[in-house]
Amino acid sequence: MHVAHLSLTDFRSYPGVELALDPGVTAFVGPNGQGKTNLVEALGYVATHASHRVATDAPLVRHGAPRAVIRSMIVKDDRRALIELELNPGKANRARVNRSPVSRARDALGLLRTVLFAPEDLALVKGDPAERRRFMDDLLVARHPRFAGVRADYDRVLKQRNALLRTGVLARPGKRRSARRAEDEAGFAEAGAGDVQSTLAVWDSHLVRHGAELLSARLDLVDELRPLVAKAYATLAPSSDAVQLEYSSTALGTTREDLADQLLAALAEARKSELERGITLVGPHRDDLQLSLGELPARGYASHGESWSFALALRLAAYDLLRADGGDPVLILDDVFAELDTQRRRRLAEMVAPAEQVLITAAVPADVPGELIGVRFDVTEGSVTRV
Amino acid sequence: MYEGVVQNLIDELGLLPGVGPKSAQRIAFHLLAADPAEVKRLAHALLEVKEKVRFCRVCGNVAAEQDCRICRDPRRDPQVICVVEESKDVIAIEKTREFRGRYHVLGGAISPIDGVGPDDLRIRELMTRLADGAVTELILATDPNLEGEATATYLARLVKPMGLRVTRLASGLPVGGDLEYADEVTLGRAFEGRRLLDV
Ligand SMILES: Nc1ncnc2c1ncn2[C@@H]1O[C@H](COP(=O)(O)OP(=O)(O)O)[C@@H](O)[C@H]1O
Ligand SMILES: [Mg+2]
Ligand SMILES: [Zn+2]
Repeated sequence: MHVAHLSLTDFRSYPGVELALDPGVTAFVGPNGQGKTNLVEALGYVATHASHRVATDAPLVRHGAPRAVIRSMIVKDDRRALIELELNPGKANRARVNRSPVSRARDALGLLRTVLFAPEDLALVKGDPAERRRFMDDLLVARHPRFAGVRADYDRVLKQRNALLRTGVLARPGKRRSARRAEDEAGFAEAGAGDVQSTLAVWDSHLVRHGAELLSARLDLVDELRPLVAKAYATLAPSSDAVQLEYSSTALGTTREDLADQLLAALAEARKSELERGITLVGPHRDDLQLSLGELPARGYASHGESWSFALALRLAAYDLLRADGGDPVLILDDVFAELDTQRRRRLAEMVAPAEQVLITAAVPADVPGELIGVRFDVTEGSVTRV
Repeated sequence: MYEGVVQNLIDELGLLPGVGPKSAQRIAFHLLAADPAEVKRLAHALLEVKEKVRFCRVCGNVAAEQDCRICRDPRRDPQVICVVEESKDVIAIEKTREFRGRYHVLGGAISPIDGVGPDDLRIRELMTRLADGAVTELILATDPNLEGEATATYLARLVKPMGLRVTRLASGLPVGGDLEYADEVTLGRAFEGRRLLDV
């Protein structure tokens, strides 16, 4: 697939910009701080409904503007889809596909698939487990958009359960309480405390149900990724030790029922500390994807160059998986070549060159490897011009 | 902060569901600028609804008398109770004409984030209604979202020892939504295809 057109309104530094794009390689070149990454970040957002740089949407809206709009025309096998996303920080985003509103923005996921390489990727190897969980979950959603729902449900159960653990007392006057309850509020106010356990059991069962679904999908994903990551890493760093991927969790099993049973048992065991600390201590939100090089964990041991190769190998493996599912995803390389030595640069360029569409950002033309010469746009002070 | 009475109005409006501080302020200033007759009509409507409309002492549905129209209707099957979150869900289900039993309105769903636990809902009243064994089926028609599901699970577990038939509306309802937004045909079908809930 490829992006044929991108149009931004009040996204990041752009009051408005229109870009016609072709398949093949396109490079956005210009000095730092001119708005190159802002362009590809917008496309990453269309694919994942999140930025690869910031955790919230507020910084994506141009300073002083109420909302941002990203419009993109996606072409896949001669079929075109116009995706329009309206970002309303603090409120629900809105989406339209081919001019028809969809009921929830997440129903517009899956139409554009991207694999984005960025300097931030180093955190996949060196950063917290949350980075690696996001890597897995984003990939799950890209492959099967319904996982956006599974993930959202799981997060919501977690929030509810944590709220319950924190309050300990259920009967707190809340805004949602119907007005007619006010009269017998006094009589009810203290009745809740004893109920924590029985309500907790209900949230346990829902946590376990959604958690096992997420967990089992992640375990399958890691099995599929393992050989692909090893292959990509060996190509990038032929002389280095072999890499390993291991999913670490309180629950490891083969079937979803298995996993659910194990999660439930682990919850029972953690009950006391959970009630003391007021947070959920068991479940896929606590898991990690452990990366190792030879015998040693990559985090803390791998050199800068090895860490980069590992991060790139994870992204390349994601690319391979998505491509095998059908439909070449759009490759985005945000300022990565400047971070790599000559050998890694060339190998990476060779591996991504055959993709249907490759979008690159670079500070100077020399940062774009010879294998990836194509269309060039100059980006200066927010104006984007084709050279 | 505004002069006492204006701030007072803003505070009161802000307590309404779905009304944040900004909207409360906007409504308050709209009312200040409005024609006095218009404001009187609104005030009257507010008082009248509190005076004339009450909640059925059996099922919790809105009622013009002590008991609601449905609870007073002898043709409605007393063996089946359909549990819903709000009175507006009763209206949605009545439109389908699929259901001939009685209702029980909980007044919301379990949601710890909003400080709503089982004791804030009309669950005790439901247990009282089930106590004499006359009811044989309980249909759990809480919203098809997470909080609705959790409430259904809670109730199913609670009544399990009573040995009655506990069912949940069939899937096909838009997941994550409100019951009241489902169209009549979908809701009707969900009723017909309701499944036994096993907890
Ligand atoms: N929400 C925003 N409103 C206005 N300007 C922004 C916003 N977010 C980022 N910018 C500006 O965008 C520029 C950075 O753009 P970026 O695409 O990251 O640069 P680069 O060309 O180096 O990739 C900075 O000048 C920054 O001030
Ligand atoms: Mg940049
Ligand atoms: Zn009634």
